[in-house]
Amino acid sequence: MIAGKELQGVIVATILLLIAGALPYYGSDYLLSLGITIAMFTVLATSWALFSGPTHYISLATAAFFGLGTYTAGLGIETLPFWVLIGLAGVLGAGLAALVGLATLRLSGVYFVIFTLGLAELVRQVITWGQNMTGQKGLYVLTDFTEANLYQMLVALGAAVFLVGWLINRSRLGFALRIIGDDETVAAHSGINTALAKVLLFMVSGAVAAMTGAILAPRYVYIEPALAFTPLLSFQVVIMALLGGVHRLWGPIVGVIPFTIILETISANFPNQVTLFIGIVFLVIVYFIPRGFAGLIEQMRDWSRSREGLT
Amino acid sequence: MMMKRRTALTLGAAAAASLAAPRLALAQSDVVKIGAVAPKTGPLAGGATVTQWPNVALWANQVNAKGGLMVDGGQKMVEVIEYDDQTNPGETIKAVQRLATQDNADFIIAPYGTGFNIAAAPLFDRYKYPQLAVSAITDQIEDLSSKFNGMFFLLGSTTAFVSGVVDVLKGMQNAGTLTGNKIAMVNVADAFGIELAAAARPLFEAAGFDIVYDTSYPLGTQDLSPVMKAAKAAQPNAFVAWSYPPDTFGLTEQAIIEDLQVEAYYTAVATCFPAFGNRFGAAANGILGAGGSNPDDEKFKAYAAAHMDVTGSAPDGWASATTYASLQILEQSIAAVGLDREGVTEHVKATTFDTVLGDMSFNANNFNERFWTVGQWQDGVYQGVGETGREGAKAVQLKQGWA
Amino acid sequence: MDIVIIGLLLGGTYALIAMGLNLQYGVARIMNLANGEMLVAGGFTAFWFYTAGNISPLLTIFIVAPVAFAANWLIYRIMLEPLVRRAKSRGQLEVDSILATFGMSFIAVGLMLAFFGGDYFNYSFLAVPVTIMGDTYAQNRVVAFLAAVVICAILYAWITYSRTGLSLRAIAVSPESARLAGINVRQRAAIAFALGGAITAVGGALISSFLTLDASAGVAFTLKALIIVIMGGVGDVRGTIIAALLLGVVETLVASLIDPGLTLAAAYTLFILVLLFRPQGLFGRKPT
Repeated sequence: MIAGKELQGVIVATILLLIAGALPYYGSDYLLSLGITIAMFTVLATSWALFSGPTHYISLATAAFFGLGTYTAGLGIETLPFWVLIGLAGVLGAGLAALVGLATLRLSGVYFVIFTLGLAELVRQVITWGQNMTGQKGLYVLTDFTEANLYQMLVALGAAVFLVGWLINRSRLGFALRIIGDDETVAAHSGINTALAKVLLFMVSGAVAAMTGAILAPRYVYIEPALAFTPLLSFQVVIMALLGGVHRLWGPIVGVIPFTIILETISANFPNQVTLFIGIVFLVIVYFIPRGFAGLIEQMRDWSRSREGLT
Repeated sequence: MMMKRRTALTLGAAAAASLAAPRLALAQSDVVKIGAVAPKTGPLAGGATVTQWPNVALWANQVNAKGGLMVDGGQKMVEVIEYDDQTNPGETIKAVQRLATQDNADFIIAPYGTGFNIAAAPLFDRYKYPQLAVSAITDQIEDLSSKFNGMFFLLGSTTAFVSGVVDVLKGMQNAGTLTGNKIAMVNVADAFGIELAAAARPLFEAAGFDIVYDTSYPLGTQDLSPVMKAAKAAQPNAFVAWSYPPDTFGLTEQAIIEDLQVEAYYTAVATCFPAFGNRFGAAANGILGAGGSNPDDEKFKAYAAAHMDVTGSAPDGWASATTYASLQILEQSIAAVGLDREGVTEHVKATTFDTVLGDMSFNANNFNERFWTVGQWQDGVYQGVGETGREGAKAVQLKQGWA
Repeated sequence: MDIVIIGLLLGGTYALIAMGLNLQYGVARIMNLANGEMLVAGGFTAFWFYTAGNISPLLTIFIVAPVAFAANWLIYRIMLEPLVRRAKSRGQLEVDSILATFGMSFIAVGLMLAFFGGDYFNYSFLAVPVTIMGDTYAQNRVVAFLAAVVICAILYAWITYSRTGLSLRAIAVSPESARLAGINVRQRAAIAFALGGAITAVGGALISSFLTLDASAGVAFTLKALIIVIMGGVGDVRGTIIAALLLGVVETLVASLIDPGLTLAAAYTLFILVLLFRPQGLFGRKPT
């Protein structure tokens, strides 16, 4: 029961996916390395928006899940096959998200924001302390994976995220979430288990972030808590998702791509002022593109449609 | 909507293409492009600003003032391409990748920090860049150099560093200046501090020392007074801290305030920074620190003067000179074999170089075995007191109070 | 006993850090993630005056405060008011202000890097022991603590008893009703934001006398301040002070009695517990 327009969307998405997935075969090494960054943030931002878009809960816990995944891969790389580790990271990420979700149901707004930020820091501190107790230093993840392997894993994960997002939107859960986003009280009164819906979605985004962390572990080679749990990551994901727009499934990706390219251009041309320029770009986004690129694109479409209607 | 997507895609492709264009129109071969990746922002920026970046600037300035690098009989100017890795290994990887494939850098200066060097090593290896790692102390040298043929280690290994401190304390004990065997040891809970502390425990015990206080504190701890109070309560004869810059300062200030009575006081990174001596003045005298140099050496004097002249600041008493030496090695190797990167790697392996630190060569594991391990502030100057084959070490002095 | 005193001294510094943010968030409704950078800027100024002219940070704060007040007032008027005006809901303003100030924090770090470089900076000011009840403490910390007490007391009295303070509290409780009561909310919010920035910068000047800072050190302070403000209850000066002292004592207890490696973990655990059992903060009113 796929409507014509949806079918069109699916075909376009599939073609784009294939083009993206084949990058290692036609792109340079440099484009591939840029591709990894884009794929990583696309996966993280899209899965983040799955939860935060409909619920309006801003989670800054991405780094916690990401680091959890990285450490899962780092600790298990000697004993378990890599794909098992990715799966395990997903399970652990979902588990942690379930715990956090259940604990924070009562929180809303800025409290949830700060709670998730605190969580990432707490996990990082505990792991650091644990390392010190056992006299263990950073972990080495030495594998034979090439950048192309890792890139394709990320693209595959990205495809899975889009699929899940699409299915959720079509399901009762998606309907429930849209109502929660509009008015949580109404949602609760109309018999929707808002708590369960929120926790489920948070688990999805937690699992995806953890799997992303696991996939990228071989790229970092050497893993330390300060690196795996860098709080900046959480912020970057939020910004890219918002830049793209969180009310559409394809929103984050139109934020990630320009943001990554802009960042890259800045760091190549102004190495001493990277921070300054990032800040300026940031403000431009907030002040001039508040609804994200997706909003901008839709606005332009509405505008061109209304013009067509006039003529 | 399809239409829009395609537009976005084309735009993206156009932007990517413009990125792919060389950064400078005059990408001729009459310059040698040297890539540099290190933090200018983030937690390690403070250290890199003292140790790494000024030396890159100094070296490039000196080389160009001489008319350029000697390459295949002619001279070529040096162009340094800098990237800020924001103390984030993902950025380091991206920058090295970019330097190798987009900027076509002829050589890349090794990043700053142990983890960052290791994270970048596979890329250096893939593009056959020699990686003269300075700010990277590890006990994995054998593993790493066997996996990454062009990775060299200039500053020392974890165990050698700890042994240096153990030897200095043992020497003081034998000389009768250190009158007991009780050590209070603290470390910053970061890979660097954890690794050093873990290596130190068995070595101190084997040398007959008794670790009476042993704890860690998180990186960025704002209040170190509980640590110092507890260390003092354990009544140690010597205090050893495997510390990072902010806590090196913080611990020392607390030691002064608590009037910690020890015969030897050691803090690790940043003890050798000029800012440390300025900050504590006479109280710094007798403080032991990680790494050293011989400030009375003529070569070092000339280097320090040039450093002051070009960058406006003094070099630190340890890794600054080693960083500079790594660039001298690069310069001499290019003069010998040209811009062939694998050729340079082989040349570095086989040659003894004349550097600011004296002769320098590498063993079968790409490891420079002769380096400074311990230094000490003596009469306002940071002097090397412990080494593994460097000349000019001074005698260790007793820590006498904080006045 | 000495553990408690160290903890209180530490808490006093935390109170200074958090007080500014509380005004900015509680009254002006701006969750200011660039707060830590303002603190570092204050520290830089004190450092510069001390090393260049040997001027005590205790005097520098009288220069820092008005300059920071003016700068923050301008930031609010020019950069933040458009956000306040366009926001349809409080939630929207929260998101916008988090993003905008996060961008500003980058700009601030970038500017400080450009002007001062990335080096660590610190100086020796009153780094001598002082004995209280048989134990020794750092004099610069004691001085900073006393300054914090004075600033907090003045602020508390001002907010509780003055007309302006009263209107600020009214805005903190409900901007809508405040507007109905004839309070110029926008103007007062700008004042609160500027005052918050000034206090933070003064805190930075005092803190620089005993902590080593660098251009990118701000974010650590922003995080601590956020935790304290949320724990103490948004918009409540009393709550902030008590939460700050509590945090200082708990951190010191853990560092002294359990393991210094767990201080930050303890801070976050405390914070998470408070959030779970009193989401509105220790002194906060239940959100409606």
